[in-house]
Amino acid sequence: MINRIPSMQLAERVREGHLRAIARLITRVESGDNPEVREALAELYKSTGNAHVVGITGVPGAGKSTLVTQLVHEYRASGRKVGVVAIDPSSPYSGGAILGDRIRMGDLVSDPGVFIRSMATRGTLGGLARPALDAVDLLDAGGFDIVLIETVGVGQDEVDIVRAAHTTVVVNAPGLGDDIQAIKAGVLEIADVHVVSKADRPDSNRTIQELKGMLMMSLEQGEGIWRVPVVPTSSEKHTGFGELMAAIDRHAEHLKTSGEITERRHQIALTRVVKVAEQIVRDNFARDSRSQTEALLKQVTQRELDPHGAAVSLLKAMKETIHETH
Amino acid sequence: MQNNDKSAAVIRVMLAKIGLDGHDRGIKVVARALRDAGMDVVYTGLHRTPEEVVDAAIQEDVDILGISLLSGAHMHIFPKVLQLLKDKEAEDMIVTGGGVIPDDDVKELYQMGVHKILLQDTPPQEIIDSFRQLVAERGDR
Repeated sequence: MINRIPSMQLAERVREGHLRAIARLITRVESGDNPEVREALAELYKSTGNAHVVGITGVPGAGKSTLVTQLVHEYRASGRKVGVVAIDPSSPYSGGAILGDRIRMGDLVSDPGVFIRSMATRGTLGGLARPALDAVDLLDAGGFDIVLIETVGVGQDEVDIVRAAHTTVVVNAPGLGDDIQAIKAGVLEIADVHVVSKADRPDSNRTIQELKGMLMMSLEQGEGIWRVPVVPTSSEKHTGFGELMAAIDRHAEHLKTSGEITERRHQIALTRVVKVAEQIVRDNFARDSRSQTEALLKQVTQRELDPHGAAVSLLKAMKETIHETH
Repeated sequence: MQNNDKSAAVIRVMLAKIGLDGHDRGIKVVARALRDAGMDVVYTGLHRTPEEVVDAAIQEDVDILGISLLSGAHMHIFPKVLQLLKDKEAEDMIVTGGGVIPDDDVKELYQMGVHKILLQDTPPQEIIDSFRQLVAERGDR
């Protein structure tokens, strides 16, 4: 048995930027609900709000991890501390996960200004694990200027990231589909910055042109409106990453000058509160109301009660039993 | 939905290849087996330095650091890793080894503080069981 350091004590060290304390608190957040950990996070939340949070998404194989690695180098060269939360899918069968980003981010270690953490999705939809948002807070409170969230590349269903990041970068790769694909994909509209990776490839120009064409069809135009840039990058030739950082910085500046940042922050707060509320409801179903749930389910299967009515009745019952310790 | 049970924290494992050792089929099989047993597995890729691996393991805050060595450099690499963990106040990390290691060296590695050596003929289930046991013995952290 080992000595368990209280979470509040770890929280103090997080504020000093202690990497091991940040790492341990992320683990505790990930391992489930514990009032002692919650309390520490609530305390640390007061110290957040300084980091610029960048979401990076795109289809699998688009080159997100490689891009993140290069981007981190750019941020370090500009003197900023960068935290990375990299999310990979859990196996739907075992719940386990192989978190592979470390392979591609190998050359970023042994720099105290960089912190990389891999996380599994644990079955959450939309590519964003809820503890990932807590991890972002911990890095924010730990003094990281930039926090990059790299989401699992599920492709057309990743709007979650927009609701958690200040700037969303969508990574597109050449040759992954025609322009119909781009219209279909919700990812076209969620981008604040588009990247076309592997720009050394001859077919990348077509992808860049297609994207620009699609963006021109956007309805909102005019003065003071953010124009989504398309940034070509090539990790093969080491080009475009400085431009990408500059584009993200410009977007951050735009949010401030246009006042849109208030709206984004509101959106992020909403996402987070709703996500936690959902989780509390789920947990309560699982833990407290099992016998009651069973009785209701029986009524539903026997057509004595409809699903909506059963849900409402469960929620009403939950009001009395809800745990404050969440 | 799996793993929503609050009491069951997912075991986090880092599997590492250190130094000039290009054999990674075994470690990938182990990674897969551990994942199928419900663990989170971070694989470092080939040719890492002890410093890189220890730093990454601390940031990932893994329960177990598993190092696979088929190069014969184990008597050099394990002491280095253990020392680095100590220097960085991360001695509570469980260190295990796997691969091709002579019996005499195994004994010595245990004395140094390696928690478990699982040689190349260990069945996957045994690796899973011993990892679970090691984490259970360590207790909450």
